[in-house]
Amino acid sequence: MAKGKNICIDASGVYYKELNEQVRRAVEAGAVSIELTNVRGQRYIAGALDGDLDFLVRGVPGQDLGAFMRGPTIQVLGNCQDGVGNTMDDGRIVIHGMAGDVLGYAMRGGKILVQADVGYRVGIHMKAYEDKNPVIVVGGKAGDFLGEYMAGGAVILLGMNTVMFDAPITGRSLGTGMHGGVIYIRGQVPEHQLGPGLSAQPVDQADLIFLREHIEDFSREFDEDADEILSQDFVKIAPFSHRPYGNMYVGTN
Amino acid sequence: MESALQVKPLSPFFHDFIVERDKEWCINCEVCIRQCSYGVHFWDKAEEFVIHDSSKCVGCHRCAAMCPTKCLTIRTNPMEFRPNAYWTGADIKNLYKQSDTGGVLLSGMGTPLQKRIYWDHLLLDASQVTNPSIDPLREPMETRTFLGAKPDQLEFEETPDGPRLKTEIKPQLTLEFPIMFGAMSFGAINLNLHTAMAKASAETGVMWNTGEGGLHASLYEYGPHTITQVASGRFGVHRDYLNAGAAVEIKVGQGAKPGIGGHLPGEKIDVEVSRTRMVPEGSDAISPAPHHDIYSIEDLLQLIYALKEATEYRMPVSVKIAAVHNAPAIASGVVRAGADLVCLDGFRGGTGAAPTMIRDNVGIPLELALAAVDQRLRDEGIRNHASLIASGGIRNSADVVKAIALGADAVYIGTAALIAVGCTMCGRCYTGKCPWGIATNQASLKKRQNPDQAAARMANLVRAWGHEIQEMLGGMGLNAIESLRGNRDKLRGVNLGQSELDILGVKHAGR
Repeated sequence: MAKGKNICIDASGVYYKELNEQVRRAVEAGAVSIELTNVRGQRYIAGALDGDLDFLVRGVPGQDLGAFMRGPTIQVLGNCQDGVGNTMDDGRIVIHGMAGDVLGYAMRGGKILVQADVGYRVGIHMKAYEDKNPVIVVGGKAGDFLGEYMAGGAVILLGMNTVMFDAPITGRSLGTGMHGGVIYIRGQVPEHQLGPGLSAQPVDQADLIFLREHIEDFSREFDEDADEILSQDFVKIAPFSHRPYGNMYVGTN
Repeated sequence: MESALQVKPLSPFFHDFIVERDKEWCINCEVCIRQCSYGVHFWDKAEEFVIHDSSKCVGCHRCAAMCPTKCLTIRTNPMEFRPNAYWTGADIKNLYKQSDTGGVLLSGMGTPLQKRIYWDHLLLDASQVTNPSIDPLREPMETRTFLGAKPDQLEFEETPDGPRLKTEIKPQLTLEFPIMFGAMSFGAINLNLHTAMAKASAETGVMWNTGEGGLHASLYEYGPHTITQVASGRFGVHRDYLNAGAAVEIKVGQGAKPGIGGHLPGEKIDVEVSRTRMVPEGSDAISPAPHHDIYSIEDLLQLIYALKEATEYRMPVSVKIAAVHNAPAIASGVVRAGADLVCLDGFRGGTGAAPTMIRDNVGIPLELALAAVDQRLRDEGIRNHASLIASGGIRNSADVVKAIALGADAVYIGTAALIAVGCTMCGRCYTGKCPWGIATNQASLKKRQNPDQAAARMANLVRAWGHEIQEMLGGMGLNAIESLRGNRDKLRGVNLGQSELDILGVKHAGR
């Protein structure tokens, strides 16, 4: 086991339990920079880890990358499976590729940057709380139910780096049930793709400042031109109520 | 939502309760005015005495209980509809409410409807002459219960100090009595009640469940007696929370409202609830019906192991499901997915708020589901892989004993624990105005529950039940709760049909 600050673990053929155990022991031993090579579907990498740690993941991490984590930074050189940043508290995940479903489920802090497309139900139930305001930037397109039940934070969808050439920028039921947070879409989103009661609105100056900050960050990571990205119009989708179901009931016993 | 059409309401004409004030005894002290959070009692300025408006009464009995001269009586409104065996008064009033508002009927607490209570059709055995009964006052009687996965077999090795257990035992919860306080979230009930459950659990050596609203910072010290819950909204779920307790429970379903999620209304989200749930003050806290990362048993396995990874395999993981038609097959899948505990929450389970039609019509009785699940897990040879917790409407220690004989390892109590601190089941928890200071976060109301007093009451309840359980065990000639577990020979059915007896796995009384 490494005693130094930087360690490299070859994940080839290592079962996820063993791999994650090795990572935890390395962190306990003082490692702050951890490179994982030949990652092929191992689950829960960097899960529930705390503090200022840097991960470099070479390969395709499995389900729930960075679940429950609070603080670490993860660079993934490859695609990701489902559940990236599940219930993540804080930290940063940068994916040089595509990612699967439910990315950022219930995340309440930190940032996830995805170079290309993402799957279904991304950003579902994201929350903002006190000084925490989670942000997801997706360079490609998204599947159905993007930002469903969203209660806070921001999703920025750029629709550029995609393999889903014929698909609209998001699937159906965009933002359905959202009662907090905001979804920004570059270009237009077909009205019928939006969840009930929602509409796409023009962005204002404050939105543009926010977008520039995060798109510049995205561009630095993926070597894109932020000005060019920002040269196209954006629309935003925000909730019509913080209490979308407030008047739905009549009390009895 | 389409907004409701405005109409002149019908429902206020037919209120549920009548407040009777004995004018001879009333001293106009205004206690009733201060105690009632629904505005029933008020001061008549012209006449200069206290009067009331019965139409606002929810039947919680707080005013009558607190009245210093006992001059108040709350009765059900005797104004009866024309008798009809099919359309009950409750049906008619609900129809009025819905045509008034266009709203979905909403209820608090478990279903009050008359449905067969199988506990009451099951009777316990006792020893006579042979295998004599045991007196727990003078002889040892073991009620200690271990919850968690048990190994398929034990391996020992010889050492110079004698045989030593080689098999690694998975993490277990230790209970002094097979009774735990079930999941009721912070927000649905207030911190005084969470504090009370935590203290009562520590005092009596049992566990309490946080429910899905997180764990208040002041209660982390009770971690060894705490089961933290993770539901679809993931409120207040973070690494410290997961590691604070002795077990983690994934809430998939709830007996009072199988198949749907929850809405904690914004009014109940004050600064402390907001801080603990990690959501903004005043916004609704919406729990989706499913966990959107769980669409299959394989996905459930993924979350179970995400939690095991996050807690470094130091604690058991529980999965709570509602008792529904296919509960045995579902429970089998849950156990195979790696759950160490399975909580089965039955049709009678309580809630702070559920759509009435769902509460009253969805799900199956705990007794039947429990027996069927226990049998299925035995038939498949995986019963030892998980402990089984029965939940939903456990009323007394006899229900506990019967549940254990049907196959449960322990029970959760929720409603019973709230009744123990004053709840009268008026069923209006969703208003946030609970006059007994339970299902409310209003400062003026929640202070009605002193956490130390409430803890003492709950601890008294657990100890009283514990003693009764020992008496019943002793009567059956058993000296350990282990000997009762799944021992259906200790049960007989009365007034039950053959299918019911078959499912319960008990003989009819007389056989």
